[in-house]
Parts: sequence; structure tokens; C-alpha cells
Amino acid sequence: MQTLTSVNQTQNITNQAVISVRNLNHYFGQGSLKKQALFDINLDIYPGEVVLMTGPSGSGKTTLLTLICGLRSPQEGSLKLLNQELFGANQEQLIQARRKIGYIFQAHNLLKSLTALQNVQMSLQLHSNISPTERYERATQMLEAVGLEERIHYYPTGLSGGQKQRVAIARALVSHPRVVLADEPTAALDSKSGRDVVNLMQKLAKEQGCTILMVTHDNRILDIADRIIYMEDGVLVSNDTGKSKSNH
Amino acid sequence: MKKVPKTREIPLAWLQLSREKSRLLVAMAGIAFADMLMFIQLGFQTALYDSNTRLHQKINADLVLISPQGRNIVNLTTFPRRRLYQALSFDGVASADPLYADFVDWKNPQTQIKTSLLLLGFKPDKSAFLIPEVEQNLEKLKMPDVLLFDKGSQGKYDETLASLEQGKTVSTEIQERKINVKGLFLSGASFAADGNVITSDLNFHRILTRRHPSQVSAGLIKLKPGVDPQQMAEALKLSLPNDVRVLTKAEFIQFETKYWSENTSIGFIFTLGTAIGFVVGVVIVYQILSSDVADHLAEYATLKAMGYRNSYLLIVVFQEALILALLGFLPGSAIAFGLYALTRNATNLPLFMTLSRAITVLILTMIMCTISGAIATKKLRSADPADIF
Repeated sequence: MQTLTSVNQTQNITNQAVISVRNLNHYFGQGSLKKQALFDINLDIYPGEVVLMTGPSGSGKTTLLTLICGLRSPQEGSLKLLNQELFGANQEQLIQARRKIGYIFQAHNLLKSLTALQNVQMSLQLHSNISPTERYERATQMLEAVGLEERIHYYPTGLSGGQKQRVAIARALVSHPRVVLADEPTAALDSKSGRDVVNLMQKLAKEQGCTILMVTHDNRILDIADRIIYMEDGVLVSNDTGKSKSNH
Repeated sequence: MKKVPKTREIPLAWLQLSREKSRLLVAMAGIAFADMLMFIQLGFQTALYDSNTRLHQKINADLVLISPQGRNIVNLTTFPRRRLYQALSFDGVASADPLYADFVDWKNPQTQIKTSLLLLGFKPDKSAFLIPEVEQNLEKLKMPDVLLFDKGSQGKYDETLASLEQGKTVSTEIQERKINVKGLFLSGASFAADGNVITSDLNFHRILTRRHPSQVSAGLIKLKPGVDPQQMAEALKLSLPNDVRVLTKAEFIQFETKYWSENTSIGFIFTLGTAIGFVVGVVIVYQILSSDVADHLAEYATLKAMGYRNSYLLIVVFQEALILALLGFLPGSAIAFGLYALTRNATNLPLFMTLSRAITVLILTMIMCTISGAIATKKLRSADPADIF
């Protein structure tokens, strides 16, 4: 990590960045109702970083997140995700980009009809080079890693909020993505569960060497960040390019 | 470059359906209902046609000659008996016998009310119909003014039937001529006639003096073993003049069926009824599938965010549609089966389940569910993964 830091401080080699945003503008609505949501965003996120994005509601952080992970098409500017330019990308390219990312959503969004194990396997199914037996094993191991080995065959209705979030983490990380994007992962959880969840994410991410980008309001967990990005009114107000931790 | 595996290991469609039991049962009930409607419509249509061809199906002939003017069995008109002798001259023909048929007014022995019946007459040495009770009672027909009565006839006949079952003779009148009923057989009422009575050719002409034996209603031709009916029919068509039509037994049945399908609204009514059942099914399944899609929209959006294609989700919905089709078809056909039996007992209509009809309804059910699925997937496009944030 130290080596990486010094390399990045001396050179600004954007093709090493996992996520690279240049002059990104985004609008909602048509004609007279057209409203600008993002203003000239410039951002680089480097491999292995834990980056937190925070700011008031309506600041555009969720919009930026959806653009970064290929859920929306960029309208203006450049957005490179793992070296794939998303501006002007077709549907198939967007789909391929999404498969390289692990998502953890605020509302879990686990499939209600599937067990915890099956939910995690759904993520692995997208990669054809993994055999069904291997899928089962990897999913089981991932759930053990998040501490849910007793509950792999439980349905989401039989799991607590914290447990569901852990299944979501397992699902996001089981395919060893290079980037993990999380939207308010601790919002519905109490202090302890929230803390556990975030520690778990950080630990697994470090083990797999992946980058975490997290949108959050939660002040209790800001300390895990390598970097904190603050957004307000669609503008990136503060973005430490240095690796020193800064508390906002 | 990475391909999504063609065989999905997790049967999401089945799991989604089976986890929500109440929705599944409602869907099955709806499809069963629609299937039952279609089965009843199609069944009744066939039964009605079949009920009008009972005699035709039992006719003791390989080929049937009728006048080209003939419309249906009570309106066969006549052609010269000479044609039968001409047919007999062919090597492959074993026998060519006349059948006389006409409408008569008969007085119900019980109620004394007159009604129209079909009177059939033939030489009593050989039965014109492969009906056991007729074949067994041929001797009786050799007596003057003796008839056999169809116990499937429409009307109030319970006392009459009781007497006849006991072996008694029942007397009544046909067109002011006294006749004696000495036996029973079973065929059935039809659109053409409320009932049938069978007698000998001599008795036929005693009763209907306006008819002459040299003019026959139909010719029943039996072929020697090994002779192909189609080929024989062609040969006869070529040599016999245009005042006679040559039909195989199957064509003879078809001749009657075609008359009723063209001259009544049976075809239209029951096809419409079937279409209504189909539309009911489409609406019910669409309601269920679209509420299913709506309920799972957030989950589908999640899948899209993970990188699943739209086509995957479409396939899931279509799989649900087909699973529902199969699951609903089973109780639907079972209920229809039961209703058929009930109707048979109540009406004497030949309402039977057939394999071809079951397959037809199954295919219609699958199409019905596929259409519903296609409309329900429109909502899928609105599963925008960006909205779940």
C-alpha cells in the first residue's frame, strides 16, 4: 500500500486507476425541466483504496455511483471503469462492466425465493468458467467467511437485518470482483451490526485486493476510509488525492 | 467474451412460483377454469356432431350410395334400385343392399302425442346397422307391421320402455296405420329426428305407400375381403351415372357432419365459446404474471445491476408461464373429464374425452400463457437497475 502510494504521488498515471472520471456532467429531465445533477466531476480511484462518498441528500452521490458502476450511461465527459470507457458504451459493454463489480445495496435486495446460498450462487452463475460444483463450494465458503455457515439454507425472511446484509456482502464478493460498490450498507443496522458489516467488508476486500467505494451518511464508520469524498449540490467539494486519512 | 451459461443451475422461475403458494394456487385455478371452458366448448361441439352420426357410424357397409340431391339422413331423396344391381356386377362387391329411410309421424304410445321419427327399412336377412339389439331381432322384423324402437329417442317413453323391456308388445300408429313395437335398440335422438324406428323393407312400404321399392334412399355395399374401399369407390364413380354418389363409410359420416356444421351455427357458437375461454385464460394469467413481475421488480433490477441480461429475465417469466400452463392443465382436464361423465349421464350426448382434444387444449393453454407472459414482460423493461439506489 505504501509503495502504491508513493508511485501514485509521483506520477499521475490514470490508466492504473480502477475508476477514472473526467469532466463528467449529468442531467435529468427534458427541455424546460432539464436539471443538472452533476457538475464537472473529476475523480480517480486507485486499486485497493477504501473510498467513502458522503454529503447531504440530493448531493448527487448516488447518481455518481450509478454512473460509475454502469447502471446509467454517461451523458457528457469520460468515465473509465477498469479501463473500459463507459461513455458511448453499448448495452453489452455495460453488462460486461457490471459483472466485474460487486454491489451491496441499502435494501439488501436479496431474492426472496432463494436461500442465502442460492442468492450467493446467483452472482457466480454469471461467470461461465465456474462449474456448478465449484459454485456451490465457493458460495458456501463465502458464507462461512461472513459467519453465516449455520444459515446457508435459510430464506431471507428467516434472517435478521445484519445477517441479510452479510449475505449481500458474500454475494458481492464471492466472484472476487476488483471493485466493490456499496450504497449505505449500514443504514438499516444498529451500531454493532453496522460496525461488524463494515469491518467484514474491509477485511475481505483487503484479502482479495479489491477497491471499495462506499456511499454513506454514517459517521460511525468514517474511520475505515483511506479517502473521503464529499459532495454537495452535484459538485465534488473535497477529494483528497493523498493517502492520508482525513476526518470530515 | 465471457458467455452466460446456457443451462441455469438455479431454477428461478420454479422457485419463485413455488415459494408463493397462494399465488400459485390462484393461477392454477384460473387456468383450470379456462381449460375447463375450452374443453366443454370443444367437447359439446364434437358431441353434437357425433350425436347426429350415430347411425352412420354403425352402418353395415364399406361403401354407401346416395342420391346427389341428398342433404342429410332424413332428407336423402332417392335413386333407382337398378344402381345396386349395377354395383353388384363388379367383381370386388360382395353385396349391394337397399336402405329405405324417411320421416314419419308416429303417435307416442304413452302420451298419444304425434312426433316425427326416422323410419328405416331394410331386408331383414341382414342387419343394415351393426347394433347388437337390431342384429338379434331380425326375425321379428319379418312379421308384418313390426318395428324396433330406439330407446334413445327424445320424449316421454318410460312406461313404453318398461313394457318393452318386459317383453310385451306395444301398439301405436304411424300415419294412421297400426303397428306393433316388439323390440328395443339404442341409437339416439339427433337434430334431424327425435328418434328412430327400424323395420323390414316390406313393412316400410306398407306404412309409407307413397314410397316405392324401386326407389331406394341409400345403397349399402359390402366388399369382398382384401378389396380397397377407395379404389372400389373410384371404379364405381366412373361407371355409375351421375344420379348416384359413391361414399366410403367415413365419407358418409362426414357428409352428415358437414350438413350440420354448414346449416346450423354450431361451428360458430362453439368456436366463439372456445375463444372466450381462451381470452379468459389470457386475462387471468396476465393478471397473475404481471403482479408477480411487479412484486419481483426490485429483485429483477438487482439482477440487472449484477449483470444479468434482459433476456434472462424474459426467459424466467416465460418459464413461469409454461410451468403455470402445465400445472393448471392437469386439474382443468380432470374437472372436464368429470363434467363430461356428468353430462353423458344427464343427456345421452356422446361427450367423451379424446387424446387429440386434450392435446389441442394443452397447446392452446401453452399459447395462452405465452401470450400473457409476453404482455407481462412489458413491465420488465421498467426494471431500471439505477432506480434501486
